[in-house]
Amino acid sequence: MTNNSTPLLQMQNIKKDFFGNQVLTDINFTLGAGQVLGLCGENGAGKSTLMKILFGMDVIRETGGYSGDVLLDGQKIQFNTPFDALEAGIGMVHQEFSLIPGFTATENILLNREPQKKNFVSEIFGERLNTLDYKEMDRRSAAAIEKMGVKIDADMTVNNMPVGHKQFTEIARELSKDQLKLLILDEPTAVLTEREAEALLASIRSMAAKGISVIFITHRLHEILSVCDQVVVMRDGYVVRDVPAQETSVSDITKWMVGRDIKGSAAVAESRDHVDAKTILSIQHLWVDMPGEIVRDVNLDVKEGEILGIGGLAGQGKLGIPNGVMGLYEAGGTVTFAGKEIPLNNPRQCLNESLAFVSEDRREVGLLLDESLEWNVAFPAMQIQEKFLKKLLGGCVKWRDEKAIHGVTQKYIDALQIKCTSSKQKAKELSGGNQQKVCLAKAFALEPKFLFVSEPTRGIDVGAKTLVLDALKQFNRDSGVTIVMISSELEELRQTCDRIAIISGGQVAGILPAAASSEEFGMLMVSQVK
Amino acid sequence: MIAGYVLPPVLKKMGFPRLIISGFLLLLFIMTPFVDADLPAQITNIINRFSWNGVLVLAMVPMIHSGCGLNFGLPLSIICGLLGATLSIQFGFTGPLSFMMAILIATPFAVLLGGGYGILLNRIKGGEMMIATYVGFSAISFMCMMWLLLPYTSPTMVWGLSGNGLRPTISLDGFYNQVLANFLPIQIGSIVIPTGSLLFFALLAFLMWAFLHTKTGTAMTAVGSNAVFARAAGISVDRVRILSVIMSTWLGAMGILVYQQGFGFIQLYNAPNNMTMPTVSAILIGGASINKASIPNVIIGTILFQGMVTMTPTVINAMIHTDMSEIIRVIVTQGMILYALTRKTEGAK
Repeated sequence: MTNNSTPLLQMQNIKKDFFGNQVLTDINFTLGAGQVLGLCGENGAGKSTLMKILFGMDVIRETGGYSGDVLLDGQKIQFNTPFDALEAGIGMVHQEFSLIPGFTATENILLNREPQKKNFVSEIFGERLNTLDYKEMDRRSAAAIEKMGVKIDADMTVNNMPVGHKQFTEIARELSKDQLKLLILDEPTAVLTEREAEALLASIRSMAAKGISVIFITHRLHEILSVCDQVVVMRDGYVVRDVPAQETSVSDITKWMVGRDIKGSAAVAESRDHVDAKTILSIQHLWVDMPGEIVRDVNLDVKEGEILGIGGLAGQGKLGIPNGVMGLYEAGGTVTFAGKEIPLNNPRQCLNESLAFVSEDRREVGLLLDESLEWNVAFPAMQIQEKFLKKLLGGCVKWRDEKAIHGVTQKYIDALQIKCTSSKQKAKELSGGNQQKVCLAKAFALEPKFLFVSEPTRGIDVGAKTLVLDALKQFNRDSGVTIVMISSELEELRQTCDRIAIISGGQVAGILPAAASSEEFGMLMVSQVK
Repeated sequence: MIAGYVLPPVLKKMGFPRLIISGFLLLLFIMTPFVDADLPAQITNIINRFSWNGVLVLAMVPMIHSGCGLNFGLPLSIICGLLGATLSIQFGFTGPLSFMMAILIATPFAVLLGGGYGILLNRIKGGEMMIATYVGFSAISFMCMMWLLLPYTSPTMVWGLSGNGLRPTISLDGFYNQVLANFLPIQIGSIVIPTGSLLFFALLAFLMWAFLHTKTGTAMTAVGSNAVFARAAGISVDRVRILSVIMSTWLGAMGILVYQQGFGFIQLYNAPNNMTMPTVSAILIGGASINKASIPNVIIGTILFQGMVTMTPTVINAMIHTDMSEIIRVIVTQGMILYALTRKTEGAK
């Protein structure tokens, strides 16, 4: 390790807001050359935003830039594009692969930076027609793979590789750049098997030994402890802890990640006990093939009248559960509702049984953006329960009852305080929070017995959040509707729910009462991360 | 809501292309007397052409509503209409009855072919318009063979010398030429209004409007607006789309029959090809987008488009003594489609 007086990377007072929504506040940390920094935090803690700032992603500039200073080798830098960042020696390996499937590892590693040879055609028509120097390419890719310290076959095409090797190819691509000083790895082990992850950790150590600094983002906390020199824990856009790795433990980190100050914990819902209530929905061995949210084997019983929370880290399968039960993604297993088995992969059947679902994907699934609020609120109830229809000609013609539709929409606009110019306004013109309320109104208009609510507060501001959560609670208390609420934000679950199930690795890791401590939830969240 | 706005937003709502074309049309009207063209004759002409083409343009509406895009496969529906027309004559029906029979015979073809066309379009969601274009082309080519091979024998339709194979143009005198137009025609000065044709269009347009206010019609609009939303609300998206394609196909078949009764001839072989672009263009000029269309769009669009088609030859040609009208028509037709297609993303947001 080098012992330079100026650290390689310094982040000073970084602040960033998205349209007034503060996502990063006063981020400070330093990273020395050849050091490995572990960055952890819950989803939405601001890790990705911070890395985007460092890497000069367009989205930062488009949303108004950031404030604070990023210093590289003591020099203040401001990247306008990722190319500037690459130039300056920062490499990034993203969660999603960006490789060309039909090309070999070597070709992918050196893509667009291939060593070239002149030939007689290129002498005439210019260097764009140079031939590639395959010998030199092999040598360079071998060097990069060597630097990484893991053996992969440089001549294998990417589509034939196991996932782990694809990840290594990505890393080798960054390493093949001579100017590389700092490598950012964004959850590189998420897709790897245990052994591949071990190999990756070993290669991180060997890179560090060669003087390359690494920022390592992961949800697998023991990896951080085994490979990092320094651990930075983020929460709600703040750096809550910045400690040397030797001085901490997995349970400390989880506590910092999810723990709130005393004020926050006091707001935990008055947890009700439904032990004696009968089971209204029973899920047995559910699997759901939802990209990015695969559910492997979920067993879950929901008691009548409760609000059950489902939490867990992103990509662990918590979103797959409602989408699978409601038939939006392919699923298998047994789901019994009120003593009756519900066929999967058939949205209509669930809706007929009085189940309703507020999707996490407001814009794609939740709303008719180009239509009026009236349509949005009344549509499912009209189609499924034949509400808001006038029967003409002895029932042959089912005519839309505009007056009833207007009435019900107005009722929910008032009840949920939806800010709009009129019930005829188009859904796309509303703000995120108000759109979410429209989604709830749509579900409420169905008057369901059972309601799935997925990420009800995603992307909406604090004020709207409280309103939405209160509306849910009130709906549960007043109408006796059983609600299952899925959310990435543990705190919000604890405020609203009676019990909280934590999903990890596509399975239920455990169910705790809302009053359980943050550490207990944190341990469950990372228990089966695969 | 609209009443609260002042003029500029109204113009904005009207849309840029419509503004230009209405302005152009107005200019043509103003110039008519100066180039010694017969204004009443022109107006009669526009009304007539509106009555011929209105139903064809209306046939665009169901598919636009269900998100299948513009029906570039219109030739397929036209072929259903042509089958109805030729079979009705072949079976020996004459006069108004032949029109009724043509409608009746065309209907099962429209339902069957439209259903198949709908199933095809369900397999290529997102690329409907391109596939539809080729469905149209292939249907025309296939029928070019069939018009020769099918065992038609009616002497009014087959080639005189060989006695088999249909002629490209078949006169409808004695069959249903002007059968709708001559129903309660109204004469105002030298302007003649083909009341029957307009009523027929109004009837179909009313049915279409009414359908869009029913439960199924609402579902169709929702499918076009956001198919995932509709699916999550328990709608069978594929079935609604097939229904919309069948409706479009049937309306297209009716459209060509109405066109024939006004025009006086059945045109076979490559003729259906010439109907697609003007029809698509007309509804776009009327203010429809790729996933939104209304009955007023149909009416305004048909009037503007047909107005342009009738006025440009007389006025422009009289002015510059060269046949520019065809070129202007093509520019407007294709330009309008191009404009609408480039606007696709905006509509989707």
